[in-house]
Amino acid sequence: MTDVMDEITPDSMTDAPRPPEVTTWRREEIDGVVTLWLDVPGTGTNVISDTVLRELDGLIDHAAAAQARALVLRSAKPSGFAAGADIDAFAGLDRDAALTLLHQGHAVLDKLAALRCPTVAVIHGNTLGGGLELALACDHRIGLDGVKAGFPEVQLGLHPGLGGTFRLTGLIDPVEAMQAMLTGKSIHDKKAKRLGLIDALVPERHADAAIEAAIAGRLERTERDLKASALRTAPARSIAATRMRQEAEKSAPLQHYPAPTALINLWQDHGGDPDAMQKAEIASFAELLQSAAAQNLIRVFFLRRSLKSGAGETSGIAHVHVIGAGAMGAEIAAWSALRGKRVTLEDVALEPLGQAVRNAVDLYKRKHLKSIDARDALDRMMPDPTGLGRARADLVIEAAPEKADLKEKIFASLVDTMKDGAILATNTSSLRLQSLYDAAPDPARFAGLHFFNPVSKMPLVEVVAHEAVAQATLERLAAFVGELDRLPVQVRDYPGFAVNRILAPYLMEAMTMLDEGMDKHEIDRAALAFGMPMGPVTLADQVGLNICLEVARSLQNGLEDAMPKVPEWLAEKVEKGETGKKAGKGLYDWQGDTPPQSAGPARQGDDVAMRLTDRLILPMCNAAVECLRERVVATADELDAAMIFGTGWAPFRGGPIQYARQRGDVPQALEALARQHGARFTPDAGWSDLA
Amino acid sequence: MSRPVYIVDGARTPFLKARGKPGPFTPVDLAVQCGRPLLMRQPFAPSAIDLAILGCVNVIQDEMNPARVAALRLGLGEQTVAFTVQINCGSGMQSIDTAYRYIRDGSHQMILAGGTEALSHAPLVFRHAATEWFGDMARAGSTFEKAQKLAEVRPGFFSPIIGLERGLTDPITDLNMGQTAEVLAHRFNIDRATADAYAVDSHKRLAAAQESGRLAGEVMPAFDRDGQVHAQDDGVRPDSSLEKLAKLAPAFEKPFGKVTPGNSSQITDGASWVLLASETAVEAHGLTPLARITDSEWAALDPAIMGLGPVLASTPLAQRHGLDVDDIDLWEINEAFAAQVLACLAAWQDDDFCRDVLGYDAAFGRVDRDRLNVDGGAISLGHPVGTSGNRIVLHLANALKADNKRRGIATECIGGGQGGAMLLEAA
Repeated sequence: MTDVMDEITPDSMTDAPRPPEVTTWRREEIDGVVTLWLDVPGTGTNVISDTVLRELDGLIDHAAAAQARALVLRSAKPSGFAAGADIDAFAGLDRDAALTLLHQGHAVLDKLAALRCPTVAVIHGNTLGGGLELALACDHRIGLDGVKAGFPEVQLGLHPGLGGTFRLTGLIDPVEAMQAMLTGKSIHDKKAKRLGLIDALVPERHADAAIEAAIAGRLERTERDLKASALRTAPARSIAATRMRQEAEKSAPLQHYPAPTALINLWQDHGGDPDAMQKAEIASFAELLQSAAAQNLIRVFFLRRSLKSGAGETSGIAHVHVIGAGAMGAEIAAWSALRGKRVTLEDVALEPLGQAVRNAVDLYKRKHLKSIDARDALDRMMPDPTGLGRARADLVIEAAPEKADLKEKIFASLVDTMKDGAILATNTSSLRLQSLYDAAPDPARFAGLHFFNPVSKMPLVEVVAHEAVAQATLERLAAFVGELDRLPVQVRDYPGFAVNRILAPYLMEAMTMLDEGMDKHEIDRAALAFGMPMGPVTLADQVGLNICLEVARSLQNGLEDAMPKVPEWLAEKVEKGETGKKAGKGLYDWQGDTPPQSAGPARQGDDVAMRLTDRLILPMCNAAVECLRERVVATADELDAAMIFGTGWAPFRGGPIQYARQRGDVPQALEALARQHGARFTPDAGWSDLA
Repeated sequence: MSRPVYIVDGARTPFLKARGKPGPFTPVDLAVQCGRPLLMRQPFAPSAIDLAILGCVNVIQDEMNPARVAALRLGLGEQTVAFTVQINCGSGMQSIDTAYRYIRDGSHQMILAGGTEALSHAPLVFRHAATEWFGDMARAGSTFEKAQKLAEVRPGFFSPIIGLERGLTDPITDLNMGQTAEVLAHRFNIDRATADAYAVDSHKRLAAAQESGRLAGEVMPAFDRDGQVHAQDDGVRPDSSLEKLAKLAPAFEKPFGKVTPGNSSQITDGASWVLLASETAVEAHGLTPLARITDSEWAALDPAIMGLGPVLASTPLAQRHGLDVDDIDLWEINEAFAAQVLACLAAWQDDDFCRDVLGYDAAFGRVDRDRLNVDGGAISLGHPVGTSGNRIVLHLANALKADNKRRGIATECIGGGQGGAMLLEAA
């Protein structure tokens, strides 16, 4: 049947033509109002490139010469206004080239800002980085419902560089402005209106009327309050800046991430003086771009994009059936429903199914879903105690406890119930697929789908292959992962696959250190100092000591000599039920103890601390090289990405392989550790192949 | 032309006793909770359903036309028409009857017909005077006018009327439903002990059915947002006894009345769906019918004796099909009140009544208790008014199949002085 809504909705946002010689803009003029539609060819998402700005420059001149009544900037892309600057173009620039480009860009935006006729930006969807800077240079901004405006540059180790720092702090409450730039978080529609970032928030159908109102000066603006004027004084800014530094330190250690410090200094020194702040912004941006942190973080951005593009087209998976409503199964179900999949969640017991619904409610709250969207997601996620969904699902994910015989029993019961063409995936993290696939209804349509905990925060999913799987199965699973807005990386069936194989020595070395009598706080601090998101002792408690033990044992069976011995007291602790954070007690006493959140003051030249860090980090590099040699992951880039997106591995260091390459002396350091602590540190044979 | 109409499947939520505050589910939530697994176990996609009809008496403000809201939330698709029906306690059967007639006449092939009610969500209603005051206050311009209005506040404004209490009172006679049962108890000489014994039996039968797993395919566990699982009807009291019930005071007519909370149906939330299909749909999707709907009937009488509705609605069915009392293998008579069900049975055994009112020569006969409400009824389950008529048809279909019986009647009395009945036969 015809979809009526589809029928009455135009296929594109505009039919306006591109002017001669112009590739990235469409232009139309009605009653003296010139509208420029940004429409970068060959992509669904606009980015602000050198070409976009150069062409805009000419179009502004043209509008000025024609004495336009007003100039309106919009985007022809349904997805949003613009996702930011063209990172590919500036990532590799040296300082001088960067400075030249920045000055050219600023000149265009300054020209736009100085235009005598009213200028209006209509922004919708993602309006980020350079896109938002373009809008900030206009007299008025009209937001369409659902607009998300922000400056995510800090995630790339940068701050806004096209005038964002002085224009945003000049427009809205500077503390709110700084917070947006320091966290990189987008400001959503209603908040944008409240802060005065946009002058009006309207549905798309009222855009034209709002533009007319803006041109006629009939839009009321949110006035800045007293606090904003107070912050024009240097002493007030100094106090505020100190607070910002403390806040920033909490989310990212400033010693590793230079951008927040640079941004805060910029504002503290020049806030209230737009000209000075503009000059300083250009200089500071060019400086940051050369930093190792920015270079590595920009690489992480590219890695993310490349994993995303590896997800492929469509999975053909509309209905997912998850078997096992434990923490992992429940979260996979809730997340899949959030992403629009129809989900059935099966468990032999009713209580975990109830708990799963509760957890989904909490997840949707944390994700700020509107109440109707949360309702729809909950409606899509059906607790299914009798397994009705097995026969209807396009994909069955087994997330049962890690017992081979239990999984085989489940697989056997699926033989007659799964529908033709459906895929079976196991979420096992410690069992080998080679020992499981014979039990699957169809080994060609069976693979591993290894999610990381918590699914809502960890973007990585390992798609695990084995010798009997069909390529089409892996491709559909990768596409499914992409549809969940997660990042797929294909791995080979290897003990621990890639991420756990590499992470296990980090955890187990910490156990050995504890065994040697070292202080757990000191161990965790050594890892935090390196930039790991969580110390190994805390992480072990978080993951659960029972699971650590399981993974360690399965690795010890699968690999020879590469793993430290599992201390006996660890098994005893698990026996006693002291399994970590969930149990209230593990290596830390979670009721009374506070594990360290940060490394504390850096201890310069402290060799002992350095050696401690090496002992924890370098075995991961060694295991990463082993994984490359064993072709567990196809490329070093994918491996680094897997560690960053699966574990939060110090992103500004670029991943274990990137870190090893940049540092250069890792094999030698490993040899030294091997002499001191044992053969487990022996450099892998693959180091010689590492370019 | 008249085509055969089949009940092919159905499911309901557990019936959840109202416990003095709004329960975890709205009417549509309830319909979604049992509708999802029902649709999930079908071999066809929800879009194959032509129409959704839902009975609901107490519609809440957020869910006007709950049938449409439920149909969309269940994924029936934007193009599927859905409407809500209301005939008080008969609403859930009215939806089935409407569906039955549409399919019989050939305009539809597959219809989802249900009933839902969240009596625990019945609103508190402000008194009329209070509502007027709110209106004036909103219009008051100056501070002085506002102050003047404030002075007019009366304490009575803020003692709200419980909407449910008004809903269970007949507006024509101003008799509460319980009082209509008192009238019948008086006219048909139903004593308190017999009514209590009937009630105890209701609880024992439901408890046994729950225990034996007889309700497994019919009752779907419901999962609320706090993580609570509602697996079974929770108003059942397996330990109910004559001694315990004897201690209860009359609920409606103190001190001499016979109708107590113990021998009345409970105030409850719950939803139920039945899936009806034509012969064509049964064949196209390879469905296995539970039962066939052979006939239906509605009747009306003095609201003060609404409890006799089942007698007036069922008897024409028996007469049209030439059935004696023994030809009906199973009966589901909704247990609004024990005294009311017993009055219906008494009426059928009364020569004068059957002659004068029903047109028989002598009494219709005795409805065997072993054939009546074999797995309990509204006294043990509760009576979500818009749902009950649907539940008794669904359960009758399931019981006919499970017990390998040939024929059954489901019937209910309806507040306002009406009755509805359906005749089912094994498919």
